[in-house]
Amino acid sequence: MLNLQVLIIVIFSPLLQGVIKKLKALAQGRVGARVLQPYWDLLRLFKKEMVVPESASWVFRAAPFIVFASALAAGMMLPVLSAGDPVKSFRMGDIIALLYTLALGRFFLTLAGLDAGTAFGGEGSSREATVAILVEPTMALAIFTAAIAAGSTSIAAISRSTDILQSPAHVLAFAAFFVALIAETGRIPVDNPDTHLELTMIHEGMVLEYSGGYLALLELAHFMKQMLLFTLAIDLFFPYGISQGGATPYAPALAVAYYALKLLVLAAAMAFTESSRAKMRFFQLPSLLGGAFVLALLSIITFVMLGR
Amino acid sequence: MFLPGLFLFLAGALFFALAPRKGLNYLYLLYAAGSGAMGFSAAGALLHADAPAPAPAFSFRISPVLAMGFQGGPLQMFFVLVLAILAASVSLYSVGYMRKSQGPRAHGILYGLFVLSMGAVFLSGDALSFLVSWEAMSLVSYFLVVSETESDHARSAGLTYATMTHIGTSFIIAAFMLAYRASGSLNFSGMAAGLAGKSVALKSVIFVLAFIGFGTKAGVVPLHIWLPRAHPAAPSNVSALMSGVMIKAGIYGILLVCLGVLGGNVAWWGIAVLAAGGVSSVLGVLYALMEHDLKRLLAYHSVENIGIILLGTGAAILFYSFGQTALAGLALAAALYHTMNHAIFKGLLFLGAGSVANQTHTKNMEEMGGLIKKMPATGLFFLAGSTAICALPPFNGFVSEWLTFQSLILGSATPWAYSKVISLLGAAALALTGALAAACFVKAFGISFLGLPRSERAAEAKEAGLPMTAAMGFLAILCLLLGIAPGIFFRLVRGMPFGGFGEVGAGPGLTAIVSGPASPVSVASGFSSFWPAAICVVLLAGSALALLLAKAARRKTSYAPAWDCGIKALSPRMQYTATAFTKPLRIIFKTVYMPRKELKISYNLKPLFVRSLAYHSDITPFFETYIYGPFLALVGKAAMRIRNLQSGSLNLYLGYIMLTLIGLLLMWA
Repeated sequence: MLNLQVLIIVIFSPLLQGVIKKLKALAQGRVGARVLQPYWDLLRLFKKEMVVPESASWVFRAAPFIVFASALAAGMMLPVLSAGDPVKSFRMGDIIALLYTLALGRFFLTLAGLDAGTAFGGEGSSREATVAILVEPTMALAIFTAAIAAGSTSIAAISRSTDILQSPAHVLAFAAFFVALIAETGRIPVDNPDTHLELTMIHEGMVLEYSGGYLALLELAHFMKQMLLFTLAIDLFFPYGISQGGATPYAPALAVAYYALKLLVLAAAMAFTESSRAKMRFFQLPSLLGGAFVLALLSIITFVMLGR
Repeated sequence: MFLPGLFLFLAGALFFALAPRKGLNYLYLLYAAGSGAMGFSAAGALLHADAPAPAPAFSFRISPVLAMGFQGGPLQMFFVLVLAILAASVSLYSVGYMRKSQGPRAHGILYGLFVLSMGAVFLSGDALSFLVSWEAMSLVSYFLVVSETESDHARSAGLTYATMTHIGTSFIIAAFMLAYRASGSLNFSGMAAGLAGKSVALKSVIFVLAFIGFGTKAGVVPLHIWLPRAHPAAPSNVSALMSGVMIKAGIYGILLVCLGVLGGNVAWWGIAVLAAGGVSSVLGVLYALMEHDLKRLLAYHSVENIGIILLGTGAAILFYSFGQTALAGLALAAALYHTMNHAIFKGLLFLGAGSVANQTHTKNMEEMGGLIKKMPATGLFFLAGSTAICALPPFNGFVSEWLTFQSLILGSATPWAYSKVISLLGAAALALTGALAAACFVKAFGISFLGLPRSERAAEAKEAGLPMTAAMGFLAILCLLLGIAPGIFFRLVRGMPFGGFGEVGAGPGLTAIVSGPASPVSVASGFSSFWPAAICVVLLAGSALALLLAKAARRKTSYAPAWDCGIKALSPRMQYTATAFTKPLRIIFKTVYMPRKELKISYNLKPLFVRSLAYHSDITPFFETYIYGPFLALVGKAAMRIRNLQSGSLNLYLGYIMLTLIGLLLMWA
């Protein structure tokens, strides 16, 4: 009943982050940090002393746990290597439940940004909320295209019903989804994950007051969210090769290989996008994300008109 | 149990009139008990709805033609249950809330009558008793709106409310008159039978009239303008009831007329309701984002949530018109579930806002801040309500929004391309609404309860008294309970026929979507499912795991001032304000808001030495400025013309009488 594939996400999400950073460094002609560096960073943070702002309330202290738990719960709704039996293994939640469970984490993180009563936190929260408003409808529409095509909103059922970008509507939906993915994972051109420059930060602004174990939890949750959104893209648009349960003995190994390959391709695409673009001015984001929304809308209309 | 409840209410009103002034606030306990009794009887009736036992019915005959009858089918009982749940908690809250109030006697009597009149609206079996109860509800609530303050502001809010509600009522009367002419019956089931074979055009006219009339009460955009004025002006316990239940009377009316009386089988009605719902939900929350008055913000959120309920209702009508009855049942369940949920969490939030306003003597968020430390219980419950209204698991708002999402996505199963695209657009609107609502409640909770106190009164706030926190706690627990155990709701509505009128338009009933109280919700024979209770358990387990992780690794925790960039004195004025928080949205959605800002700078020496700086930012309320404003101006102009008839000269009036007389004589000649 429990979908323990989430452990893959918990364990390997820092690795994915390391890989993206490494690819980014290579694309920019740098050597870059080791691929395993994020693990050491997390360990170091866990070992450090925590400093909590005096002005903060219990919401500030509860937020890291809720953010982590929401990423974990969302991960449990997701087929990673095996789409097994959609009814039994994945009855905890479908794609809407997944998005809203992630939104619970974001809700508390944005609240925590306001809790210490500093300007940076408020700024980060305000921008995060704004980006979420621009991204959420796009993501939802792109997902609905996949869901209607599969005749179900269950992620496992969707990934069992399709291969690779099965129809023109899927292509449009994936294009929209990819832009939404950039925004949701806080990457250039929406947010810059590598800076603490006050004027540009979004995610870093909200977590500025965190330190030690709390920060480690938030970072881990952020990595998990990134990996599970990548996995979601794979499940919805490129599920080819995912194990469907009860197959030949070497199927699991094959599923692992496909999954790793697809993650690598997505990570490379992300690293390439980040290296080849400059960060956009915050108020230019609506044109980018609005464009993505139009793509998602077109994908739905294409699907209705073509009937597939 | 129904009659005892009624008697408790009447006794309460009587005691309010007669009892000595001291301790008058404890009389609200009578109302709480009365509501409880009514709630039990309604729940009992719902649980046994599949058995033929009839619900309580009273009727009395006024003349050979006119009779007033009160009866209740499952749909009626459901709305009475929603009313009873909220009225019980709000009455308990009122014990604390009305303690220091000035004129509790009149308020107490009106409050009791208000609850009773809402119950009468839901239980009316014919157009006459419906209209009488409806008018009583509107009038009593008008007096309650203007009761709290003597200010012009409250009076003008009351006037807007009274005007709008009577415009709405006139549309409802027109709809019922047409229906009566066509069917020859005032009784709703008779009306439905009489209208069954009539033309679609006639039914459509009745539908449009009724939708405008009930939409005004429900607060559908663009008929919503009274809502953000009247709700904040009323005392908070009344706002909770108005927003939680009274506007639902509009929803009840739409269901009653559209599904019950008219049979609800015309596809474009569904599309119209869906579109109105989508527009209301997005615009409602967009305007809410720009409000810094806590209660006005909540009032705009009522517009949003009515929109969400209408999305479900519209989908239900759409499916029903195409003969997809099982899907219609699902969509109706989504709408009804959200009706119940919204009553509970919006009631909770208004009560919380009332406690906060009582302590800080302001409704302006920019003067609050840091309240969660001063009012921990109120803060916790307000947070629960905020999470629920943002449709975040594991609270109740999520379950009903999930069901609404499913109904809208399943709209792709309808045969029309239009209805497919419209219902999917409705789903996108719902997704946008969700994100906007989350931003809005991060603002509402974050600015009022978190951070540092922004005013002295906020710094001196104290926790509300026990009756108030208990009432809020009860509603917060209900939010969680209905969020993890949707089976409770589905057990209550199991026997409800589609349209809610027994023999009329009897559909398949609501499909068994949930098997046990806390088991997974699954729709459309496995189209999709989710398991709220499991999500809640995993969230708890995940938090516990993270706690263990942090405990195992933790070295030491120290408390220090927040990072201040070296200024050494962080003051509350340096925090992000509600205005600043929503600034990006004001820029992005400037076509909707049409923001205006005013910057006044006075210099000691231009341009470098500034003496003072005044900033004012505002949005243009579109509907008030461009629709109601010109209309009112037109009415005003017409009235000035007509005034010429009134010269004050006696001779002229005698002339009028003579002209009238001649006219009458000519008519009969």
